[in-house]
Amino acid sequence: MAVDARLLSELGSVLGPGLLSTPAACVAYECDALTAHRHPPDLVALPTSVAQVQQIVRACHRHSVPVVARGSGTGLSGGALPVAGGLLLVLSRLNAILEVDPHRNLARVQPGVTNLAVSEAAAPYGLYYAPDPSSQVACSVGGNVAENSGGVHCLKYGLTVHNVLAVKLVTMAGELLTLGSETGEAPGLNLLAAVIGSEGLLGVVVEVTVRLLPIPRHVELLLAAFDDVGRCAEAVGQVIAAGIIPAGLEMMDAPAIRAAEAFAGCGYPLDAQALLLCEVDGLPADVDDELARARAVLEAAGATSVRVARDAEERSRMWSGRKSAFPAVGRLAPDYYCMDGTIPRRHLAAVLTQIATLSTTYRLDVANVFHAGDGNLHPLILFDAGKDGELERAERFGADILEACVAAGGTVTGEHGVGVEKLGPMCSQFGSAELEAFHALKLAFDPTGLLNPGKAVPTLARCADYGALRVHGGRLPHSNLPRF
Amino acid sequence: MALIETPAGQDITEALVERVRTASSSQKPLRIVGGDTKRFYGRPVAGETLELTGHHGVLRYDPAELVITARGGTLLADIEALLARHGQQLPFEPPSFGPLATLGGTIAAGLAGPARIARGPVRDCVLGTRLLTGDGRVLKFGGEVMKNVAGFDVSRLLAGSLGILGVLLEVSLKVLPVARASRTLRRRVDEQGVIGLLGAVVQHGLPITGSFWSADELYVRLEGSPAGLDEVVPTIGGEILDESAAASLWHGVREQTHPYFASARPLWRLSLPATAAGAALLRADRVAFEWNGGQAWLSGVARQTIDLITRTAGGHATLFRRDDADHGTTGEVFAPLPASMLDLHRTVKRVFDPAGVLNPGRMYADL
Repeated sequence: MAVDARLLSELGSVLGPGLLSTPAACVAYECDALTAHRHPPDLVALPTSVAQVQQIVRACHRHSVPVVARGSGTGLSGGALPVAGGLLLVLSRLNAILEVDPHRNLARVQPGVTNLAVSEAAAPYGLYYAPDPSSQVACSVGGNVAENSGGVHCLKYGLTVHNVLAVKLVTMAGELLTLGSETGEAPGLNLLAAVIGSEGLLGVVVEVTVRLLPIPRHVELLLAAFDDVGRCAEAVGQVIAAGIIPAGLEMMDAPAIRAAEAFAGCGYPLDAQALLLCEVDGLPADVDDELARARAVLEAAGATSVRVARDAEERSRMWSGRKSAFPAVGRLAPDYYCMDGTIPRRHLAAVLTQIATLSTTYRLDVANVFHAGDGNLHPLILFDAGKDGELERAERFGADILEACVAAGGTVTGEHGVGVEKLGPMCSQFGSAELEAFHALKLAFDPTGLLNPGKAVPTLARCADYGALRVHGGRLPHSNLPRF
Repeated sequence: MALIETPAGQDITEALVERVRTASSSQKPLRIVGGDTKRFYGRPVAGETLELTGHHGVLRYDPAELVITARGGTLLADIEALLARHGQQLPFEPPSFGPLATLGGTIAAGLAGPARIARGPVRDCVLGTRLLTGDGRVLKFGGEVMKNVAGFDVSRLLAGSLGILGVLLEVSLKVLPVARASRTLRRRVDEQGVIGLLGAVVQHGLPITGSFWSADELYVRLEGSPAGLDEVVPTIGGEILDESAAASLWHGVREQTHPYFASARPLWRLSLPATAAGAALLRADRVAFEWNGGQAWLSGVARQTIDLITRTAGGHATLFRRDDADHGTTGEVFAPLPASMLDLHRTVKRVFDPAGVLNPGRMYADL
């Protein structure tokens, strides 16, 4: 699509070489980590200051050009997928750590700073930033805010929303708003909560103030093996029912265990059908107490072996298998498709059984490696996009898993976001009235609807189509809608 | 592990929807009321009363899920008692300001007690809501799971919204186990030393779940395993209160029945950067603080003094309890918003309450 020459010249004078407009330069930004969806942007802006961001969005606002913000492009749901005729606003050069304050326990950073860099900057003061998505080496704090990213320590330390104190937000009109404050509260409505996880639909985050926590004094990691997936899943609830809140409680099934062991040599029991990694942290005496109780619960729950990492080195090796599970599983097939539903923990065993059944139905293998403590599933569907129909089969398999999550009282996305990927499943989770309210809330922040249009919240028309495709038990969702 | 059986309660959604629709079409404002225990908080609302106490009952509670879902009019005391029977609690230790406080009012007011420093504000625990909007729509947001990024997080937006966006029909909250043990220490320390002392303790990663300083006396609550507490108690020093004295102290701080609050009128609440609390302490004699300095209480101080403190120290102030003479005036009680933020508040309000009939003016005039 041809770019308006006046817009091009306006942006050129703001950005100089920070504006990319040739197809050859722009193609690098055609997708985020959901690579099945690609669209080369017409324009890519790489601002280096907040003032530039404001000038860019004002120019796009005047010319009615859509704006899609992007951090590091590690998102798994296509939230940063460029839109036709739009500008891709890449915030990776806004990457300064503005302040680390060890007295107030906070850091103020620009959105392009990577998640891990915050913890690294805080480490000399004995502090760290708790959310730790698996992509933390690369993913940006701005992207974390957009997606409300989690990680393996959410159960105890929360998601991004629990660890962000304030953001500065540029609206589509170019206005700079501050939401929240360094005290963690601000007068008026709690708009910060609405902005976190809003996938770039409400504004462009240009500064983030995060809460830092003292690095735990003591950490222990326990590995429990099970000869039955269901028993392992039941044990998850039993640990929590015993009053233990582990820092991390992760589960892997047999395919994931074998893939991780082959990839990382992490010492996992290859004969196990499932394993749990249970990390406890805190004061040494508290950790010893929790560890002993967790061990007792897991043994009573039928674990075939329970092992505590001897030292930091073994602990890190045991984690390495979990943390490299995605690439490890990736070696089992040319492609994999990662799902992200969350369910009440009591339904873990039943939903895992459903996934196994679907795996047979769709003739595609699946490996499960996930945040069991949060009930956040990550089934990895293995397929070969080179084989006719396999991508479509994998997508249908994935959509069925999400339907099962909704039916179990859960959600279609725990931490990866809706983006373009889960627009259909969103129609199962929400009714028309809620979706209309979401659209209205977007327009309250962005009356022109130019920010990341078409993402995160499906149109009612799309849901009508989706409903026509997926009729369950004779009930047509959104039956009040006209079909077109 | 299973859902706990609870009494069915009563669902008056239909009647509530009818009342709100009528109010909306006739443009007659409603004052949303649970137990009316926090009537003093915020600005006065002129409107017909919309009673929520008839809409009550715990809908789902499974201790192993760490989640409870209840109707908005459910008594806070009933929820706390149910959780306590299963060794759990509301993480944010809310004040009730009376036995009739309801869940809906607690979430709408967004007030947290001493444990906020350890376990976060009200919004952190809100997982899902069923909302009755100002034009009679019933909308369901969020859910009962810990991680959920489907759709905008309207549920957390409702925490502290003072009823200006809608009526909380149902709320799902994350709950936490009660700690294995708790110790409360009392130590004499003046305003010069107290912030430094608390800062050092926090840096150490000690499990502080409450702190209160008033009249040169500091109280600190630590929670964890008995052995862990024995290890860290000497770091702070002072005298250990017995269990009932400790419980009564923290109850008094939370419910403002502690002697500090006895004659505190007008009472200002300051939300401060913890390290700036010193600035607040220097400027007034009638001061107390919680949350390691993050929340300060001042009484008998003029608005100008308060403004000066927040200008120099940062943070913001709320006129928490007005003077009796002040009652019924239309003066603002919350810190003013910049014009652009106020505009945004108005457009967000219109999304949920287009006719502006729900608790108008409770937060700000014309909102």
